[in-house]
Amino acid sequence: MREISRRKFVTGAIAATAGVSGLAVTAKLAKYYGLVPPDSGGIYGPGETLTYAAQRLLGRHSLAREFPRSMISKVPFANAIAPLNDEFKRFQNDGFGDWRLSVDGMVAGPTSFSLSDLRSFPVRSQITEVVCEEGWSYVAEWIGTPLHEVLKTCGISPKARYLVYFSIEPDWWESIDIADALHPQTLLTWAMNDGDLPVSFGGPLRLRVPRQLGYKSVKFLTRVVVTDSIKGYVSALDPRSPNYGYSWYAGI
Amino acid sequence: MSRAFSHGIQKSPRHSLLVRVTHWITVLAFVALLVTGIEILISHPRFYWGEVGNSGTPALFKIPIPSSRSTVPTGYGYVLPDQNGWSRYLHFQAAWALVLTGFVYVIFGFWTRHFRRNLFPGRADRTWLAFRIVIAKHLRLAPPDEADSRAYNVLQRLTYLLVIFVLVPFVIWTGLAMSPGFNAAVPWAVEALGGRQSARTLHFFVSVFLVLFMFVHVAMVFLTGFANRMREMITGVTGASQERT
Repeated sequence: MREISRRKFVTGAIAATAGVSGLAVTAKLAKYYGLVPPDSGGIYGPGETLTYAAQRLLGRHSLAREFPRSMISKVPFANAIAPLNDEFKRFQNDGFGDWRLSVDGMVAGPTSFSLSDLRSFPVRSQITEVVCEEGWSYVAEWIGTPLHEVLKTCGISPKARYLVYFSIEPDWWESIDIADALHPQTLLTWAMNDGDLPVSFGGPLRLRVPRQLGYKSVKFLTRVVVTDSIKGYVSALDPRSPNYGYSWYAGI
Repeated sequence: MSRAFSHGIQKSPRHSLLVRVTHWITVLAFVALLVTGIEILISHPRFYWGEVGNSGTPALFKIPIPSSRSTVPTGYGYVLPDQNGWSRYLHFQAAWALVLTGFVYVIFGFWTRHFRRNLFPGRADRTWLAFRIVIAKHLRLAPPDEADSRAYNVLQRLTYLLVIFVLVPFVIWTGLAMSPGFNAAVPWAVEALGGRQSARTLHFFVSVFLVLFMFVHVAMVFLTGFANRMREMITGVTGASQERT
């Protein structure tokens, strides 16, 4: 066997210490700059953290691709949805006139908005692609109220880090970071392709998050909560949920 | 020095430590990517060309297998269980392992002249005659000779270069072109491929080529002496002389 000299041993020990403390400092910095996703623990944590950190560094504010009108899919694909509950059907029978979106959590003034309240904000229309994790996609025009307008009106706290948002359907919620919540294309969508948003596409109200896969665009939206921690509210599809175990960040 | 070394044929190992370590990490990552890639494919075994495609649009081609989604018309009367959650987690984790390992390998490959010495064909190999000799040898199914156990022939060199510098970078590019977040940051990455569904279809075909490479690669390992090839790639010690006893 080769003998390890004293000098080599000391150099190695210093390098190892520097490496470990370098990693610790990197982890601290990553956390500070919001580069660590909530599902960073567990066996798939390293891959998730690398993906989320890389995409946030590459383009925290970059815009999802928008398409010319000629590329709107003639037959958009309405994915299957579970049978809708009685509460939803009551709203549906009334033409969704009483549908409300409540905004609470870390905001100065928690508010509940009707659909016509939402329509009184500046309207945004965007032709973006819906991308499903299964592999299929379609392009549609989505019309609605940018979420950041509503959050600013309610006085969002500068300490906010996440947004948790809920469907009227039980056990259906998702969460996104504040970069996506305040992103100009994150849309409280109430119309599609020049008509009301059909129920099969999430009507009367759906949160479209076009920089992430379709499962982050929750249908039948009734509530958004601004928070600095999402313990217990990662996602209805999160690894701790018995359902599926899909990753929290769906930008990939 | 151990006895095996002093008694052996060559003092320098057949494969350097770096090549051996990155090889086996890549094997693990590739198997994980392949298994989870097939699993993800099962959720929509249809392919398209252009930007968009779904069960309501005509497919470029379909893989005749059942699907893990009831919304996909497959002709089968049953739906497979959904395993996309962990499959996607593992697919991207393995992709990171492949990318980071590949990075280390390529940088050290240039730095230590591994590519120049072992993979770029030498002057003598860059002739049609050299090609014809190697191909003729393959067609005659001639057993490897002494030179083959020490260095790669021109076909091996070009195949490895194709995998390392063309197929793997392209499979990573086409994979990234399916990420909505990456496409927002780098839109030309998907536009240069002709759209998202084109990227997905190309990703599938490059993966098929990589799987073909894997089959041929493993078959050659078996045909030329499994134990010796494995020993070389694990310990670095060559078993060339024992081979022809």
